[in-house]
Amino acid sequence: MSRIVIGPFNRVEGDLEVTLDLDAGVVREARVSAPLYRGFEQILVGRPAEDALAIAPRICGICSLSQSLAVVGALRAAQDLQAAPNGLLMTNIAHAAENIADHLTHFYVFFMPDFARKAYARRPWFEAIERRFKATRGTNLRETLPARAGLLQTMGLIAGKWPHSLAFHPGGVTRAIDLGEQMRLLALLAAFRAFLEKTLFAAPLEAISELENSRALEIFAEGRGAAGDFAAFLRVARETTLDQLGRGPGLLMSSGAYLGPNGHRFPRGLFDCAAGATRPLPFDAIQEDVSHAWMRDSAAEPANAETIPDMSRDEAYSFAKAPRLAGRAVEVGALARQAVAGHPLIRDLLAQAGAPNVFARVVARLLEIAILTQTTENWARDLRLGDPFCAKDGLLRDGPVIGFVEAARGALGHWATFGDGRILRYQIVAPTTWNFSPRDASGAPGPLEFALQGLEVGDEAASSVAVQHIVRSFDPCMVCTAH
Amino acid sequence: MKLSSKTSEMMKRVGPFNVLWLQAGGCGGCTMSVLERGASGLFEELRGFGVQLLWHPSVSEETGEEARAILAEIERGELTLDALCIEGAVLHGPDGSGLFNKLAGTGRSMLDWIRALASRAHYCLAVGSCAAFGGIPAAAPDPTDARGLQYFSSDPGGALGANYVSQGGLPVINIAGCAPHPGWIMETLLALSLGVFTRADMDSLGRPRLFSDHLAHHGCSRNEFYEFKASADHFFERGCLMENLGCKATQAVGDCNQRSWNGGGSCTQVGATCIACTSPNFENTRGFLETPKRAGIPVGLPLDMPKAWFVALAALSKSATPKRVRQNSHSDRIELPPVPGAKKET
Repeated sequence: MSRIVIGPFNRVEGDLEVTLDLDAGVVREARVSAPLYRGFEQILVGRPAEDALAIAPRICGICSLSQSLAVVGALRAAQDLQAAPNGLLMTNIAHAAENIADHLTHFYVFFMPDFARKAYARRPWFEAIERRFKATRGTNLRETLPARAGLLQTMGLIAGKWPHSLAFHPGGVTRAIDLGEQMRLLALLAAFRAFLEKTLFAAPLEAISELENSRALEIFAEGRGAAGDFAAFLRVARETTLDQLGRGPGLLMSSGAYLGPNGHRFPRGLFDCAAGATRPLPFDAIQEDVSHAWMRDSAAEPANAETIPDMSRDEAYSFAKAPRLAGRAVEVGALARQAVAGHPLIRDLLAQAGAPNVFARVVARLLEIAILTQTTENWARDLRLGDPFCAKDGLLRDGPVIGFVEAARGALGHWATFGDGRILRYQIVAPTTWNFSPRDASGAPGPLEFALQGLEVGDEAASSVAVQHIVRSFDPCMVCTAH
Repeated sequence: MKLSSKTSEMMKRVGPFNVLWLQAGGCGGCTMSVLERGASGLFEELRGFGVQLLWHPSVSEETGEEARAILAEIERGELTLDALCIEGAVLHGPDGSGLFNKLAGTGRSMLDWIRALASRAHYCLAVGSCAAFGGIPAAAPDPTDARGLQYFSSDPGGALGANYVSQGGLPVINIAGCAPHPGWIMETLLALSLGVFTRADMDSLGRPRLFSDHLAHHGCSRNEFYEFKASADHFFERGCLMENLGCKATQAVGDCNQRSWNGGGSCTQVGATCIACTSPNFENTRGFLETPKRAGIPVGLPLDMPKAWFVALAALSKSATPKRVRQNSHSDRIELPPVPGAKKET
């Protein structure tokens, strides 16, 4: 048995260290560590409740708006407030822009450059992939970074700037837009659609969102979409059998995404791969375990928990707590959202492989880009410019509330207790806290730790590119994970 | 130093301008901001100026051992480090160990790494208010003993000490902001690469004057409401945010309302109050969304305005407010547009 430590594990958001115990070239156990702690929960306690709108987004520069919206959700619950429908639409447009930009950044900047590594130099596809996706030098970056910046111009109109905005309130958004600005929004979205249909998909967005199963995906990759970056990924993925890599424990969770006047765009729920079925998500079954975290013992229920670091714990190896749902490790993210939503392609990919995997995670993100861009166009058209964009704040009720939102990387929850207009308790469980959680008291690993177990790395050990694919397939956000 | 005399030198530059970017106790938002830069993307713009990223945690290919090798080479002085960019606060806790923020895979704290690498750097840049002054992680109760590179709040000191100067003879350059505008970061970096950025280009807190010579208020689209003290009572109203809703744009440096953010926005433009994110200690505001007052007068007055004058002028301008301005200030949209030749009334 030998132990290797991989770090700094980069091209992820934030700091990540992965430790692998190897036996005859096979990963027997993996330990994932979040080595940064800043103390946001400690900073929030005692402040005026609305100050969370300024502080919490700064947990994360890539999920900033998601953090804002979890605060908004908590304040809205405590005010028993109905937001203005226009406010919800504008919020969703901005939130979709953040999440699409994240998915895009993940694919082009974080994930694909690993296929341009020397480890693949002898593959027939290598030269083309290297030219297109090499880190900081690939030809895609000349198109994708300006397209990303163009999409984020929607933030200039709605949020003022990105990241970190104070434009989102329990009642809606701070600014009513006029006709010219609505047209600008639509023009920005049209320009982004044109980029996707030329470069990423080389096909209409509708052709992507209507893909029904893995067979249709194969036909697309060789046929109408063959010239796009998506198809390039699909061909490489088949050759490198990414669908066999990084198999998760199989329980997928979505807290419900994009709350509009008529409910969530993507529903809340649990999808169990083994059963192939969804079931309701019992929020009260969420608990956090600190047996392997550099954290003092505290209540297991987030609503009553505190986050106080303690570096003296013997078994600890991460600043992340281990969230569990009824005792089980759960995977969150685009794959979970689309599995719970019942998208036929995603359900088929999971059925074929029998478990969440590297391939399905990446496909789900790109699929979401296609679906969300279309939905965002509809939201921008649905605005009723004569109606309010924000409802007046209500009175803040004392007591515990929860703000839930789906960040790009999955379920984000803020458990807050307010009293006398102030924050008495605050507990945050972020998407990668779920995916990259350390072990719990029973010794059960978190989803990434589970997904790395059994991986054959042979003599490559720390330089195994398969480890890179598996870790990055989750698109970890480490600054959210421990905060 | 004149740019023209240096441009030809740049063309002759034999080696690249080497930049190392590391993330300490921050959120990664400064990196997300700078990724918005450039008509053909960030990397094309860097290449156009001969700037080479030795390593950046979010974008570089090298990971684990390969990345550690680059850092080791720089630390030994074998690889030229023209600019060290640090994003995020330097966490000193617990008990001065820096162990709240280890650089993964190295067993060493970022505090330790930053001190070692800063001694090799020709220039040292604090990217964002966390690295400059401590920022949000330093907010009370400052759970991790977070500090800036050369300041703790507005006090000189920080992780590198008040007397630190980089090999190039400058103290730490504080590109404040949470997050800073991508232009603030890139223009400073490009000016350094051309050798035309000097001490005279920095303000008394080390911030580049290319943005800190202005107040966030300058060019605010709500300027007419400000002039008449036609103030919003709710965030969705179009009126000025200063009197009631916590806006500090008249006290905070930044050309926020002169250059566009994300293609055309700014905080105050959309009614998101200015929280003075370019200022040391902005994180310790209690009640970001309301203006503290004493006897009905805002405590935080415009930067260099005597209180008596402010009170007198505010009273005068309030009484002179046109009906159009007053009514629009309490609406979420323009109810009364300006009409040429309309009857003048207040």
